[in-house]
Amino acid sequence: MDARVLNEVNYPAAGDRGGTPAQWVRTVDVSAENVVRIFGTTPALHGVSLDIGAGELVALLGPSGSGKTTLLRILAGLDVPTSGRVLFDGEDALKLTVQERNVGLVFQNYALFRHMTVLENIGFGLRVRPRIRRPSRREIRRRALELLDFVQLTGLEKRYPSQLSGGQRQRVAFARALAIEPRLLLLDEPFGALDAKVRRELRRWLLEIHTKTGHTTVFVTHDQEEALELADRVVVMSEGRIEQIGTPDEIYDKPNSPFVYSFIGESSVLPVRVEQGKVWLDEHPLDLAAGAVPSGPARLFFRPHDVEVGNDLPGAIPGVVQGLRRHGGARRVDLEVGGRGDRVEIELPADYSLNLSGRVAVLPRRYRLYPATTQTNLS
Amino acid sequence: MAGARGLALKRPSALPGFGLALGFTLTYLSLIVLIPLAALVLKSATLGFAGFWEIVTGARTLAALRLSFFTSLFAATVNAVFGTIIAWVLVRYQFPGRRLLDAFVDLPFALPTAVAGIALTALYAPNGWIGSWLAPLGIKIAYTPNGIAIALIFIGLPFVVRTVQPVLEEFDRELEEASATLGANRRQTVFRVMLPALLPAILTGFALALARAVGEYGSVIFIAGNLPFISEIAPLLIIIRLEEFGYAQAAAIGTAMLMISFGILLLVHLVQAWQRRRFGR
Ligand SMILES: Nc1ncnc2c1ncn2[C@@H]1O[C@H](COP(=O)(O)OP(=O)(O)OP(=O)(O)O)[C@@H](O)[C@H]1O
Ligand SMILES: [Mg+2]
Repeated sequence: MDARVLNEVNYPAAGDRGGTPAQWVRTVDVSAENVVRIFGTTPALHGVSLDIGAGELVALLGPSGSGKTTLLRILAGLDVPTSGRVLFDGEDALKLTVQERNVGLVFQNYALFRHMTVLENIGFGLRVRPRIRRPSRREIRRRALELLDFVQLTGLEKRYPSQLSGGQRQRVAFARALAIEPRLLLLDEPFGALDAKVRRELRRWLLEIHTKTGHTTVFVTHDQEEALELADRVVVMSEGRIEQIGTPDEIYDKPNSPFVYSFIGESSVLPVRVEQGKVWLDEHPLDLAAGAVPSGPARLFFRPHDVEVGNDLPGAIPGVVQGLRRHGGARRVDLEVGGRGDRVEIELPADYSLNLSGRVAVLPRRYRLYPATTQTNLS
Repeated sequence: MAGARGLALKRPSALPGFGLALGFTLTYLSLIVLIPLAALVLKSATLGFAGFWEIVTGARTLAALRLSFFTSLFAATVNAVFGTIIAWVLVRYQFPGRRLLDAFVDLPFALPTAVAGIALTALYAPNGWIGSWLAPLGIKIAYTPNGIAIALIFIGLPFVVRTVQPVLEEFDRELEEASATLGANRRQTVFRVMLPALLPAILTGFALALARAVGEYGSVIFIAGNLPFISEIAPLLIIIRLEEFGYAQAAAIGTAMLMISFGILLLVHLVQAWQRRRFGR
């Protein structure tokens, strides 16, 4: 996306830029270079490197404690890395104070000012500007009202945060962050505290806003569905490291580690063996290519719905049905496989006839093999 | 004070025991507070309205009341400002001796007030440690209204510190951070984000310090000098009337103090109620 995106929604005028008639949002590309953050003796980030293009919408995805918030706070300037660099448009951002960075940050709990009305909250960033850059009171009010319309809360300007629903507070926090004409938008679990329906609505809404304003945006989530649905690119983190960066398709279809495979989407794992370029389950050779995986124990990952099922499939995985569950439009089947009682889950059409304790063979259509020595951080 | 919004009862919550709790509260308050106060008012009523009015508008009484309330308001205001600063320092800064300092804050509560009064007098008298420095500058503390203010500041200090401290400890850091990311400098964050959030606690501390200061007797009489019309506080005047067996007169002055105090506290309470309504709870 172009670094400068024409604003279609009459986004607040750039009063501090000499009043250019065209209304542009100035946004930046962001790079983190080998960012390390150590709290006391606990490392929270071990050398994170990341490039975010101007106008990109990037999701930071990872389990709890993986360092997502820490990274976000460092980008915002609320925390300083122990070592490493942060660049905005190629310039050292660490030299800038929080105030100078001009980053719009939306906190997970919104952090709205309780003693200010919605309108005062939104206008806060403009009111605290140094006098020479401060718009007039009327102008501040006008812009705040405009943003209020923009986040679809028209008419609520006189309310206090305590008089709003969670989703509405979210939007006020959003409008407040947009009011300062940020160069970068950072959202920490923006929908974390909301119920599923509101989350879905706000997701669509966020996407719309991003398309309209074109801010470089980084949002933290531990909801993979949210990350895959919204982001241009997804950054998967685990234990202070970046596991993989890629488009949602790359992350979902080509996870580069067992961790990413099991963290993103649903997956079944089966311990197997690789010998002479073939994959073995106990004494059964499987009709799967071992690829570059070296001989020795390995683990086979596949998605429940990416399987072929039949009783006459050569080189398939034989199993015994242990459980049947209805799952939306399909049926989930627990299969016991091999001699050690390993279990995998597969998905079949709801009308596929199967009985408990019945036998069935499955062959993953798409799968990934990882040498068993590779660490899986997620147990 | 339940009278903020007329006699309307707060709507009972879903929690059980409302009737019992209310009954207990009213009985307890009556026994401990209302009945003694009513007795006071009744006693002063024996004077009749004209007699009551004559006493409370007497020049000496008026001077004493004025002195009591103005010095108390002044002391409570000073305490509101410095108590907040002390609470801030205790909560926000780590330094050696912080816990010790924290413990010092309660000393004005623990000390018998007479001891405090004598100690302060010794310090601020023209020949005392501090007084002897101030005397050449023409500043007199002991035996003047200034001394009264010092004593009232001393005894009222813990109230504001102790009401503001827990609120500040609980204060959400993210609010400060949000303010900073929005471009506010430290001063703007303190004055526009933090102080407004602390204001209810500061006001509570102010009201408590004020109430305590108005009723304070022990520490003040030592340092005040007790000159009628100059440094004679209302509680002292009450004692003087009692010693002259002027019980009804004493009760009348007491009633006047009670009404003024109640008025001020009600005002503070209304401000707080208004604030709470704005913030919502
Ligand atoms: N101020 C701090 N002091 C000490 N340790 C910290 C601090 N902040 C974070 N940590 C540690 O750093 C690690 C990463 O924390 P972080 O908050 O970045 O995780 P997260 O990915 O945001 O997790 P969550 O999804 O639960 O919010 C954690 O192990 C946490 O305990
Ligand atoms: Mg977090």
